Amino acid sequence: MPRKAVSFVLPRLGMPQIVALIIIFAINSFLSPHFLELRVQDGRLFGSLVDVFNRGAPVALLALGMAPIIAMRGIDLSVGAVMAIAGAIAASLADSHALGFVLVCALGAGLMCGLWNGVLVALLGMQPIVATLILMVAGRGVAQLITEGRIVTFANTDLAWLGSGSLLGLPTPIVLTLAMLVLTLLVVRGSALGLLIEATGGNSRASALAGVGTRVITIAVYAWCGLCAALAGIVAAADIMGADANNAGLWLELDAILAVVIGGTSLLGGRFSLVLAVLGALIIQAMNTGILLSGFPPEMNLIVKAIVVLAVLLAQSPRLAGLGLLLRRRRP
Amino acid sequence: MVQPQQALPEARSDLRNGETPMNFKALNAAVVICGALVCSGAGAKELTIGFSQIGSESGWRAAETTVSKAEAKKRNINFKIADAQQKQENQIRAIRSFIAQGVDAIFLAPVVATGWNAVLREAKEAKIPVVLLDRDIDPSGKDLYLTAVTSDSVHEGKVAGEWLVKAVGSKSCNVVELQGTVGASVAANRKKGFEQGIAGHANLKIVRSQTGDFTRAKGKEVMESFIKADGGGKSICAVYAHNDDMMVGAIQAMKEAGLKPGSDVLTVSIDAVPDIFKAMAAGEANATVELTPDMAGPAFDAIIAYKAKGTTPPKWIQTASKLYTGADNPQAVYESKKDLGY
Repeated sequence: MPRKAVSFVLPRLGMPQIVALIIIFAINSFLSPHFLELRVQDGRLFGSLVDVFNRGAPVALLALGMAPIIAMRGIDLSVGAVMAIAGAIAASLADSHALGFVLVCALGAGLMCGLWNGVLVALLGMQPIVATLILMVAGRGVAQLITEGRIVTFANTDLAWLGSGSLLGLPTPIVLTLAMLVLTLLVVRGSALGLLIEATGGNSRASALAGVGTRVITIAVYAWCGLCAALAGIVAAADIMGADANNAGLWLELDAILAVVIGGTSLLGGRFSLVLAVLGALIIQAMNTGILLSGFPPEMNLIVKAIVVLAVLLAQSPRLAGLGLLLRRRRP
Repeated sequence: MVQPQQALPEARSDLRNGETPMNFKALNAAVVICGALVCSGAGAKELTIGFSQIGSESGWRAAETTVSKAEAKKRNINFKIADAQQKQENQIRAIRSFIAQGVDAIFLAPVVATGWNAVLREAKEAKIPVVLLDRDIDPSGKDLYLTAVTSDSVHEGKVAGEWLVKAVGSKSCNVVELQGTVGASVAANRKKGFEQGIAGHANLKIVRSQTGDFTRAKGKEVMESFIKADGGGKSICAVYAHNDDMMVGAIQAMKEAGLKPGSDVLTVSIDAVPDIFKAMAAGEANATVELTPDMAGPAFDAIIAYKAKGTTPPKWIQTASKLYTGADNPQAVYESKKDLGY
């Protein structure tokens, strides 16, 4: 009993992720001595470490929506396109309408996109990867229609604040992401919803027979993902004070899936962790920022990224852990 | 001149159906007369030119379409544009349909460099000259087109580099570079050209170079990291970006870091999109090298001369890479460019 009280208990779940993030931070500060430096610039924290959290915010937001979907054995490939749509709507309305109206329209569009995906998957029984592929392709076209293929810029400082402003000394995207994390945690883990999601992912038929409203939950989870993606799109557009329909959120669906997977959520569904998914997004961004700071030639970017991802995933592999245990046991 | 040709096969097919040929001959004659009337009204023979455009891949592309329409109108050319939505098969289909329509010339902005020989040979057999716009194709197709109107992206980089050499003078200057997408030939060429431009001036040194994927968001992110890696960006003297969009992002990053782009940090980029002129007018950008959206204008002139006098244009028509700085009334340039569709 007393032993338990004094031992420093590290969370068993999430150890590989936390260690990976710390190692990447350490490598970054080795490559760039200024990495851990923080100072206050115009009333907000300023430094590479802040950049990691700030630039990681859109992918973290996407991961928050993606994690429950993957836990239900689904996937949403359309989040990048939904980002582009929401950004395009926000940027086109920003200079002529009040901020509230702009946000409602952009978030509403994201919600509609999510509902569309949810209906295709839950009611029409389409494979999630196919159902969301439709919007992934068409959604970017919709965004291009809204912007007429141009980069729509705006001067509305209220909207820009969401991307490049600060709150409580932190860049707004960080605060927004934290708020969304807490909100999602409260909804999902504060109720039985998380359990029902995991049950549906584990065995959808058994859950339905046991009285779980799997269809409603599926639609709701996709709608939530659409909402998160729309928020990420607004943040991305607000950051550059313009909507670039061709490039906003391009390939970010893959980063979001990667973040969720790095966070230990299995693509086979059944369990998920929102905190670790956000941590996964931070790992990806810490890596990106590290590459940018390192001064390596840009041709190396993708190779370095692939190696780090491989290392993180290997560290989580149960087979590999089993192998290590086996080797240790063999020793006399 | 095209209309009678189009009318003939119809008349023949109707003959085969056993209908009275007289009416169709009359109709045919009427068409010819109408055609002649239109032509004499226009003063000269009206040319019909088909343009297979890539699609809406960027603002520059949209501006190119707008400008080429305007240039066609100026020269009284019947101009047909086919949007290929970034697919080669659509472009090949469009070229075949232009050949079938018997246009006087075909403009092609090739989406990729290879795979054109078969369809261009068909155009050559139909004696329809093809002009490449903005991009070149694989050298094996050299004798299948009349001329290529393109910008020299190495030269663009060189103009940017030479401007910076002049602007900096003899003081030492650390330059950071925002590259285009890795593997894009434009990015490689603009990098090479800039290095040529600053060659022999040891006071200018490229200290950092990363890719910003030609986008504003990545340009901003990469510039943020450059500033931090430098410990606040105090030793960065100039930024060179392979396109204006990345520079617009970089300017935001510099402002957020408390630097003054345009005065503390010199900026030079390429493309001359409207938003960089806005920044220039606000004193936050220094120079840009224009990639002109008017590729069709020189192509029209080449075709008109070729049709009228048979002058064969050179195999490559290089467009001008004009340098714009704060002294060129950026506000006025912005106003003139903002409605082109960028």
